[in-house]
Amino acid sequence: MAGKTLFDKIWDSHVVQEIPDGPSVLYIDRHLIHEVTSPQAFNGLGRRGLSVMRPNQTVATPDHNVPTINQDKPIEDKLSKFQVDTLTENCEKYGIDLYGLNTEYQGVVHVMGPQLGVTQPGMTIVCGDSHTSTHGAFGCIAFGIGTSEVEMVLATQCIMQPKPKKMRINVNGQLKPNVSPKDVILYIIAKMTAAGGTGYFVEYSGNVFREMSMQGRMTVCNMSIEMGARGGLISPDLKTFEFVEGKKYSPKGADYDKALEKWATLYTDEDAVFDREESFDAGDIEPMITFGTNPGMGVKITGKIPELSSIAGSEQPSFQKSMNYMGFQAGDTMIGKKVDYVFIGSCTNGRIEDLRVVADYVKGKQKAENVTAWIVPGSKEVERQAIAEGIVEVLEAAGFKMRQPGCSACLAMNDDKIPAGKYAVSTSNRNFEGRQGPGSRTMLASPLTAAAVAVAGKVVDPRGILETA
Amino acid sequence: MPVAKFEQLISTAVPLPIENVDTDQIIPARFLKATTREGFGDNLFRDWRYDKNDQPIADFILNNPIYSGEILVGGKNFGCGSSREHAAWAVGGAGFKVVVSSFFADIFKGNALNNGILPITVSDEFLATIFSEIEGNPKAEFKVDLKNQTFTIVSSGENTSFEINGYKKECMLNGYDDIDYLLNIKDKIQAFEAAM
Repeated sequence: MAGKTLFDKIWDSHVVQEIPDGPSVLYIDRHLIHEVTSPQAFNGLGRRGLSVMRPNQTVATPDHNVPTINQDKPIEDKLSKFQVDTLTENCEKYGIDLYGLNTEYQGVVHVMGPQLGVTQPGMTIVCGDSHTSTHGAFGCIAFGIGTSEVEMVLATQCIMQPKPKKMRINVNGQLKPNVSPKDVILYIIAKMTAAGGTGYFVEYSGNVFREMSMQGRMTVCNMSIEMGARGGLISPDLKTFEFVEGKKYSPKGADYDKALEKWATLYTDEDAVFDREESFDAGDIEPMITFGTNPGMGVKITGKIPELSSIAGSEQPSFQKSMNYMGFQAGDTMIGKKVDYVFIGSCTNGRIEDLRVVADYVKGKQKAENVTAWIVPGSKEVERQAIAEGIVEVLEAAGFKMRQPGCSACLAMNDDKIPAGKYAVSTSNRNFEGRQGPGSRTMLASPLTAAAVAVAGKVVDPRGILETA
Repeated sequence: MPVAKFEQLISTAVPLPIENVDTDQIIPARFLKATTREGFGDNLFRDWRYDKNDQPIADFILNNPIYSGEILVGGKNFGCGSSREHAAWAVGGAGFKVVVSSFFADIFKGNALNNGILPITVSDEFLATIFSEIEGNPKAEFKVDLKNQTFTIVSSGENTSFEINGYKKECMLNGYDDIDYLLNIKDKIQAFEAAM
């Protein structure tokens, strides 16, 4: 019998029941909830007279819709306040751990979960948010779900899912200096296209991921959904175990030793077969930037937007629509493009390592006058670290505006919006039309590129500056 | 939430021949502040439908009274992006019961089914045929038959079959939802937990 993939090992051990000509009933180990996609699910529970089956496997925080200033004061936006208050009430009613606004661990749910040790290898993890794929960095099956499914998991700790196909993406070789995990995933998505991974669950494999930090792995897995894949995961190793050990929700003592034994079995067997394999050469990856209105529309930062003639005929109208929205022309060079805003934050790049990269770059420099630069830490813990390490001081001295934790301008549900027609270089995950505010124009890039852009006031290759300095 | 039963539908259709329609277009994030499932239809494709002064944009298809119906026909990779079920609520809230495309993003597809909206995947060629049929006659009718899993262009009789798993088909035909199913096997779930 052929060996199993890591994905199969986790999936198969969580199947409660297979439905003939239907989905599997999958048991869920951890359920993360936030204020935007949970209220209707709790309403549904109430209507059916049900309770939360496993409140101790459910963890909540408000993040999508919270202001990133004055978090110690009542939320001004009435609708936002009602959503956040509703989350608090529901958590109190059903006995769910809540890390509320202005408390010690609040943050973007996918930054907070791993920091608290909620995320552990081999688990199934869901959340009503597509970037739940982030937790795959720990060797988990983690994926985003809709609100009806949130209700299902609250009520039964299970979800109905057809088993996805399996794809392995191998990246081997030596990354060039100053090529970051964000560049690696933007490169992969550009190669795969925004729909290329649909129907698959991805395992990232190869020395590039093995050598990556846990935070880098989270950045990679986070964006799996941007090629349509439901999730992505990486085999856990010593780095993973060290990260998890000693966290608030992590197993302790003998339980930890027992868990370690189990975690050590979490790898893809050598003779396991994937439905699809893709391989990329690490040496070909360079700092990346997007030029269009989906994350698959990315190029090397020194590159050009494709010519219309290189786009398949049926796809030309959508491509042209995207260029019109961005105010770009096919064939344009990206270097030198005008930038008005720089946003550093989100579940993709709002972690301490990201802030360190930015601070290292901008230390002793000033942001360009034409650029508004926002830094939004991914969580209260990241914020504390950034203050303790002097990062906040460096960034503020360089003219960056430090905000408080939340999803912020990644999806612009709160007041952190890029104005219509303005250009933002953003470390977040989506460049859809209006994603960062109605009419906003987004170019996705790494924290290092974003830092260099903030200082230069236009799109630049961070390496050119670093290597000639 | 229990959903309406779905068996058959004959309707005109609204064409949206744009690829990669993401959920931020279907329902922009700033409209996700509600705590109920109702009212999202008004903001379906909000930023394509209305300008910044909230005036209807005349050339957007949903503002063109020639086009109407309970079937929305979208370009390839419809519903990509965020997991927000609000996108399905917006599509349903605007009166659509069927969405046709040559390719759906996974989460949107699941969310649609969980709300009694039938996502129908057809070939790129058949999708092009549907678009040209509507272009030729905005009042062209289409027939959706869930039991037989067929989608038919009424005028020409040209049709295609579509896939749906047997479980979801039964759910839609009978108006069941997944929670009903899961609650029925709760003993089994608890036994599974105990054995973990």
